Amino acid sequence: MTLANDTLLEMQRRMLRIRYFDERASKMVKRGEIPGTVHTSIGQEAQVVGACMALGDGDYMTGNHRSHGHPIGKGAALGPLMAELVGKAWGVCEGKGGSMHLADFKVGSLGESGIVGSSIPIATGAALSSKVLGTGKVSLAFFGDGAANQGCLYEAMNLASVWKLPIVFLCENNQYALSTPAHTVTAGVVAERAHGFGMPGLRVEDGQSVLTVHDAVREAVDRARAGKGPTLVEVLTYRFNEHSEGLRLAVDYRNAAEKEAWLKRDPVKMFRSYLEEQGIADAAMLTAMEAEIMAEVDAAVQFAEESPFPEPSVAFKDIYTEPFGAGQ
Amino acid sequence: MTVMSYLGAIGAAQREAMEADERVIIFGEDVEANVYGTMGGKSRADKGDFLQMFGSNRIRNTPISEEVMVGTAAGAAMTGLRPIVDLSYSTFLYMAMDQFVNQVAKSRYMFGGQASLPVVFRSAMFYGLSTAAHHSDRPYPMFMNVPGLKIMAPASPTDAKGLLRTAIDMDDPVMSFEACMLWGMKEEVEDGAFHIPFGVARTVRTGNDVTIVAISSAVPAAVQAASRLEAEGISVEIIDPRTLVPFDWETVLNSVARTGRLVVADPANRTCGAAAEVSAVVAEKAFDSLKAPIMRVTTPDTHIPFSPVLEKPLYPNADTIAEAVRKVTGTSGRA
Ligand SMILES: Cc1ncc(C[n+]2csc(CCOP(=O)(O)OP(=O)(O)O)c2C)c(N)n1
Ligand SMILES: [Mg+2]
Repeated sequence: MTLANDTLLEMQRRMLRIRYFDERASKMVKRGEIPGTVHTSIGQEAQVVGACMALGDGDYMTGNHRSHGHPIGKGAALGPLMAELVGKAWGVCEGKGGSMHLADFKVGSLGESGIVGSSIPIATGAALSSKVLGTGKVSLAFFGDGAANQGCLYEAMNLASVWKLPIVFLCENNQYALSTPAHTVTAGVVAERAHGFGMPGLRVEDGQSVLTVHDAVREAVDRARAGKGPTLVEVLTYRFNEHSEGLRLAVDYRNAAEKEAWLKRDPVKMFRSYLEEQGIADAAMLTAMEAEIMAEVDAAVQFAEESPFPEPSVAFKDIYTEPFGAGQ
Repeated sequence: MTVMSYLGAIGAAQREAMEADERVIIFGEDVEANVYGTMGGKSRADKGDFLQMFGSNRIRNTPISEEVMVGTAAGAAMTGLRPIVDLSYSTFLYMAMDQFVNQVAKSRYMFGGQASLPVVFRSAMFYGLSTAAHHSDRPYPMFMNVPGLKIMAPASPTDAKGLLRTAIDMDDPVMSFEACMLWGMKEEVEDGAFHIPFGVARTVRTGNDVTIVAISSAVPAAVQAASRLEAEGISVEIIDPRTLVPFDWETVLNSVARTGRLVVADPANRTCGAAAEVSAVVAEKAFDSLKAPIMRVTTPDTHIPFSPVLEKPLYPNADTIAEAVRKVTGTSGRA
């Protein structure tokens, strides 16, 4: 598929946002500026952005604990995301979700889930809304190779297929669920499981190429929008950092040669070269873009710093749509 | 006024809500064929066929996949629909525990109020009907322990109709626990659509000596007990909270302040049951007005056995409720 130059540049911009945001978040966790931990999408930017940009602005998306990339890829503003990570009132969830449970409904991000696999039915429900109300929106469910072994995925795939719901199931196969290699716990090929549910299953072997991912997901999105039902897309990728920041495991479960080979396929660097080679942008423009995104991340951190902490009463807010329940 | 059964009232509330709002849809197992009768009458033809009336876009049979049914309803509710999910038996709710607790209950809160979830999960408690341990649970207390869910447990056709309509029109997730034992109960019900607010108890009868807080099928049992006790000279007040979340503490506390005695009749299991919570709150807030210890009449902490001989005595009934009242009034053994 040929994409407009603006779209290609926007892809790089969003990948850079994820990279710089997550690099900063990683530092902040280590310095104790972010409570708890974070799971970065560093190394997986192409897979996230390629998929998100195959969606329209009004389309829906859900994700998982490796959560920052998804809303950023869908176009969320960085300030409220960063404020959320530090537990502040201006956070996108008012400081009640934190890193693993980001959501930005303004951009169709219906929420990330700390429970592995659990948001897949939510995306399925958004697709049902689209179908019943005839809004033409498509839903995309991000989940990992670990989540690919949760039962709710198969309940959702069956329901979506039998009801022809406009949804794309996107398996981010970074080949490990925490320390567990996917091949040791996963029978067969995830993408092939789709056939049992009467839906196409695609496997994108080069998940480090934003364009390859985008083309595959775009096809699935078009199919969904045309009323032809769901698709399962499995994207092979690799996380460059540890499962979560600060995690130190006694066993080196990923071998050095494998890691080195994948680190060479850095999606952000690869796409930068592509843009240059194709004459879409020159080095100066791309360097300026990087500086611009770095400034955005700086501004997001500043926004987070300036934000007040939430009032204690916020702990009892939004349990329901009407105020009741607290202290009863 | 029209004479309506409990089940007919549930059907009528759903039909009226579907007519009033295009965004209301119903899905569940075997709903198209109205197998559990919960869309209205005994047969498809009896009180109107929902599938014919509303079409297959809004009335949907699902696969037997409770987890995705519940999660799908949550996702649909967040994005503009107002689903009613028919989960048939309450015991099947456990299949979807993660979706109820982690998604339905928490999504609004965790995302800082960005989501609202106008969705109703209906299920029937098939206890007392020889369906044994896998079909007979009364699991509402488990869900009372989960902030974010609202819970109704109607004990009359009028309450079933009015509360269900409120539930459907409300922007929060509601779990409706319907007692199968009461399906055939009939009474005159107001014509047309009406709403009964959540968190407002119904005082079923007034009295001076003892307050009985009765839940679900324990309500008619308490009424029976009260007429017997009246003959013994004991004046009983019966309060049906109707919704367990939110709970009308004020009505219960005011009543206990007058009577000084409390019996809680609750068909759920004893430990951490609804009766335990009612007892605790009254003990905390109205201790000074109590003239006798609070008594709970509940199902004991056992599973539900199949044989009717074993099952029947387990739930609160007029005998066990009356005996508890005699104990708290110091008249035990006199009858
Ligand atoms: C239901 C559930 N089980 C276990 C966990 C703990 N856990 C969090 S992330 C994770 C690994 C998930 O792997 P995957 O789905 O491949 O996503 P990745 O972290 O690789 O992006 C585990 C086991 C959890 N959060 N939820
Ligand atoms: Mg993984």
